[in-house]
Amino acid sequence: MFKIEKRPIPSGKWNWGAPVVAVLLTMVFGGALFAVLGVNPFLALEKIFYEPLFGEYAFYYRPQLMVKAAPLILIAIGLSLGFRAGIWNIGAEGQYIIGALCGAGLALALYPMELFILLPLMVIAGAIGGALWGLIPAVLKVRFGTNEILVSLMLVYVAEQLLASMALGLMKNPEGMGFPGSRNLQQYPSAHNAEIISGTGMHWGVVAALIAVIFAYIVLSRHMFGFSLRMSGMAPRAARFAGVNPTRMVLICMGISGGLAGMAGLFEIAGPAGQVSIDFNVGYGFTAIIVAFLGRLNPIGILLAGVLMALTYIGGEITQSQMGLPLAAIQVFQGMLLFFLLAMDLLTNYRFRPTAKEAA
Amino acid sequence: MDLSSINPVLLLASLMVAATPLLFAALGELIVERAGVLNLGVEGMMITGAVAGFIIAVESGSPALGFLCAAIAGALLSLLFALLTQVFLANQVASGLALTLFGLGLSALLGRDYVGIKPPSTPKLDLGMLADIPFVGRVLFTHDLMVYLALVLAIAIWFFLHRTRAGLILRAVGENHDAAHALGYKVVLIRFAAIAFGGACAGVGGAYLSLVRVPQWTEGMTAGIGWIALALVVFASWKPGRVILGAYLFGGVNVLQLNLQAAGAAIPVEYLAMSPYLVTILVLVIMSADRSRAPASLGRPFHASN
Repeated sequence: MFKIEKRPIPSGKWNWGAPVVAVLLTMVFGGALFAVLGVNPFLALEKIFYEPLFGEYAFYYRPQLMVKAAPLILIAIGLSLGFRAGIWNIGAEGQYIIGALCGAGLALALYPMELFILLPLMVIAGAIGGALWGLIPAVLKVRFGTNEILVSLMLVYVAEQLLASMALGLMKNPEGMGFPGSRNLQQYPSAHNAEIISGTGMHWGVVAALIAVIFAYIVLSRHMFGFSLRMSGMAPRAARFAGVNPTRMVLICMGISGGLAGMAGLFEIAGPAGQVSIDFNVGYGFTAIIVAFLGRLNPIGILLAGVLMALTYIGGEITQSQMGLPLAAIQVFQGMLLFFLLAMDLLTNYRFRPTAKEAA
Repeated sequence: MDLSSINPVLLLASLMVAATPLLFAALGELIVERAGVLNLGVEGMMITGAVAGFIIAVESGSPALGFLCAAIAGALLSLLFALLTQVFLANQVASGLALTLFGLGLSALLGRDYVGIKPPSTPKLDLGMLADIPFVGRVLFTHDLMVYLALVLAIAIWFFLHRTRAGLILRAVGENHDAAHALGYKVVLIRFAAIAFGGACAGVGGAYLSLVRVPQWTEGMTAGIGWIALALVVFASWKPGRVILGAYLFGGVNVLQLNLQAAGAAIPVEYLAMSPYLVTILVLVIMSADRSRAPASLGRPFHASN
């Protein structure tokens, strides 16, 4: 027989092996799910993982990949900082909405003034909006000891209602003939987060995501703050003795993750989405949680995981339109991935040992 | 605004209906947390119960069978969480979130052919004379069985936790799993049972939403009620009696804001719709000052080395 034994330190090999195995297992079980739904699993998997990258219409899908991966990566980078220190911000979806509202609100207030620094100002407004929204659960946690998981999540629903109120009221397009939704920012040149190189999908949000990855990598591996962060997660007591201030840690982590989520929301609303509408948010804030874990809370890992998750979104759209696979199947697929990943982590933190035979 | 259009009898009666799904889900989670496990997947188990109960009730024509299958579906899903956290020793917070994301996707997938259908109606319990009492009778005694079952469950859970040996063992596991293990209790097995019970309760609560409260199936229809149930357990300081109080309070806030919407209050609809979530945050802030009631082993992984 075998017994499970905790490893003295997590296995480096399995730390990166686990996500790979998890993705493979998800393909197997996801394929089975597709088969149950009456779709050829091999064809579906090919359409999800191969076609957007190398298929006949890859020139169309590859830019889409950037557009979808950028917000996921930007949000997940922020979340990963907190997750490392055991600070659970799961309300990124709300911070994303508020960031978008703040930035878009600024642009709509200044419409139709052409101002070359308008987009940068909007980015700042979005980041501040998201950060403040993220700081609400942080302040309540450090001041009153409330659970940041529940508060940040409740604030998602509050933000959604606020979005609805804005789309139907204050920010509604006065020339929109009564239709809900704001002016389209894509038609407001100063505010439009346009593609930097046409046809590549490369907008400023993609640039911001890449900068965030590099910045997070340096902070985590080379800076004192990154060290304190990792220490707080692994050994909170030791971190306290080493002079890490847990209150400051909570505020900084929630502020940064909120700010990045808000920025992601702004890039989306000023670019691909274009206008403040009721259904502007599509759940990136929640999927980013999967991205953060799949990427092992490591910036480079998150970059790869973000692209993979974007691939499932696009693949999901392809399989929906071409094979009639319901979009919800992709949601299940993503959920499954997180399950398998968490299960496979057993191999990272524990090992199997054959038990010694008892003396007769 | 026309406040006279709000009928206090109907308001109080629908308060009881609104509180019931919350009560079921929160009571289930209470048992799970008293066993020392934090399952953040309540929302996912509720919505799975909602869709499973709805489908079975529509197909069989029997709401009772729907509720039963909702309980089974919730329990089955929660066993996934149990497997992850108790056998694979995964992080409880992450596993709970995974359960919610998975449940939301799964329910949307299962329920896509059932949107816009009316479920068979759940019969009201005939309490004869009692329902004829003016005011009180209409408020308290005109409901279906599940409303009363939720209240009975709360009392039963109180009795179980504080008056039975099994309840004592469950609490011991939640307070100090190492000591309980040393005494020879099967920590993992007990937690498996608690998690499955929590899942079944959440499933029934979800089915109550789709079969009675709404009654219809729409994607993502739980809209955060599972999360409010989690907050309710904190609010209740892990005591079943206080869960009733909390559930009725939240039910009241929700019903009141819906009535104000209908009555055309001067406050915009969206701001009224936020109120249950804002009240939840407020309550969490007030109640979190005293953490001493939380089970001591809550959220900590258990692994019997040797």
